[in-house]
Amino acid sequence: MSISGNAVYTVSEDVVAREIEGEIIIVPLVAGIGDLEDELYTLNETGKAIWDRLDGRRRLCEVIDDLSAQYQAAPGEIQADVLGLVTELVKRRMLVAVEPS
Amino acid sequence: MKNVIATSYTARVNAAHFRLWKRRNPILGKLDFELTERCNNDCIQCCINLPETDAAARQRELTTDEVKGILVEAASLGALSVRFTGGEPLLRDDFSDLYLFARRLGLRVLLFTNARLLTPELVKLFVHIPPLEKIEVTVYGMRRESYEAVSRVKGSFEQFQSGINLLIEAGISFVVKGAFLPPNRREVDDFETWASNIPAMDKPPIYSMFFDFRSRRDSPTKNRLIQSLRVPPEEGIALLRRPGQAYLKDMRQFCSKFMGPPGELLFTCGAGYAPCVDAYGALQPCLLLRHPDTRYNLRAGSLIEALTEFFPRLRQTRAKNPNYLARCTRCFLMGLCEQCPAKSWAEHGNLDTPVEYFCKVAHTEALNLGLLKEGEFGWEVKDWKERVERICQ
Repeated sequence: MSISGNAVYTVSEDVVAREIEGEIIIVPLVAGIGDLEDELYTLNETGKAIWDRLDGRRRLCEVIDDLSAQYQAAPGEIQADVLGLVTELVKRRMLVAVEPS
Repeated sequence: MKNVIATSYTARVNAAHFRLWKRRNPILGKLDFELTERCNNDCIQCCINLPETDAAARQRELTTDEVKGILVEAASLGALSVRFTGGEPLLRDDFSDLYLFARRLGLRVLLFTNARLLTPELVKLFVHIPPLEKIEVTVYGMRRESYEAVSRVKGSFEQFQSGINLLIEAGISFVVKGAFLPPNRREVDDFETWASNIPAMDKPPIYSMFFDFRSRRDSPTKNRLIQSLRVPPEEGIALLRRPGQAYLKDMRQFCSKFMGPPGELLFTCGAGYAPCVDAYGALQPCLLLRHPDTRYNLRAGSLIEALTEFFPRLRQTRAKNPNYLARCTRCFLMGLCEQCPAKSWAEHGNLDTPVEYFCKVAHTEALNLGLLKEGEFGWEVKDWKERVERICQ
């Protein structure tokens, strides 16, 4: 699966994302999201920093620029993280691509 | 950024067994919701049910919007799951609407039902949008005669079977529980064999058998019937011990954590941390406790006020009854005993009177486990720590 830096992603309607006490909890809504039915998903720190910027409006390249301005990291690392997270969440049906406005 | 090019950015967690919160727990973890007190069964042992057709009860029930409003606040306070119970929750015409609403808030839904009102449409909804908790079905008998001797409704057994078949055919995860009563006491083997073939049953079924009196204290007649249906302590403990070594292992683990005198504070059980909304909007510290001084009116207030002000005050309540002070506050068997303010209220109309039946059950269990000798009382034992350590070794 190839993810373009120009793509825009938002939370899928197949899940409900909640922020509780600083944690992102992703709750499957429709069948087939988790392997087991009582599973929830949380994001690690990196995942949360990226998730907070996936608002259905910003392109991934803008998300990467925003994170680069805020975090010190070697070139390419932030891009790899953003593309890695998006790839994982799209595979899990937790994110969907939307048309850039 | 940390964890550069991490191989996985998400963690799958089982909410029932994993600590989600790194900082502090949310104000509310889970909520019980008694959607109605009405039931399409009229079970002989039930401590709460009202007739299905009780128009006055129906009139007083929370409206759809009121239930949704409470669910919204529960989710905003961090709740991850809600238990829909009753009465029979499927009696509400808006059940599907409320279920979907709860799931869309990101709540897992635990449904307690007798399965009689499950329909192909409802089961289809559970297939598409799973509750994320195993549905729990109470079974009153394995045959029409025994089931309907308990439910006291003609045709209920066929409807129960039909509901179970719908769940099985759709592959929906559910577990069954028994109510151990005179009409079905000879069916335990049949029940457990049948239950063991249900895919989601990963352990033997649990039974209700030490029945509670009416929690609204609304019927001395029904209380007399309930009292007559209570299993003798020895027989009840024998049923609990059927799994043999597995049961003993569980009990030893339990005893290593939960034995010891509770002291004078009445609420040592976590009351109010997973509270229950009754059908009319009163928030109770638990499913059973309906003493007027322990209930908070959500129609005139909010969950957050109840959780942060009302229940913390309630948890400071101390026992005053001399009999309770002499016995229960000093009894190291409290972990084995079902004595609590809710049982005291149902049985005696106050919060701190010992309930003799539960006391006898706990002492019988303790005798069986080797924690007591014949004729001893739990509140007299001084070397209880040594005794607990000895059986846990």
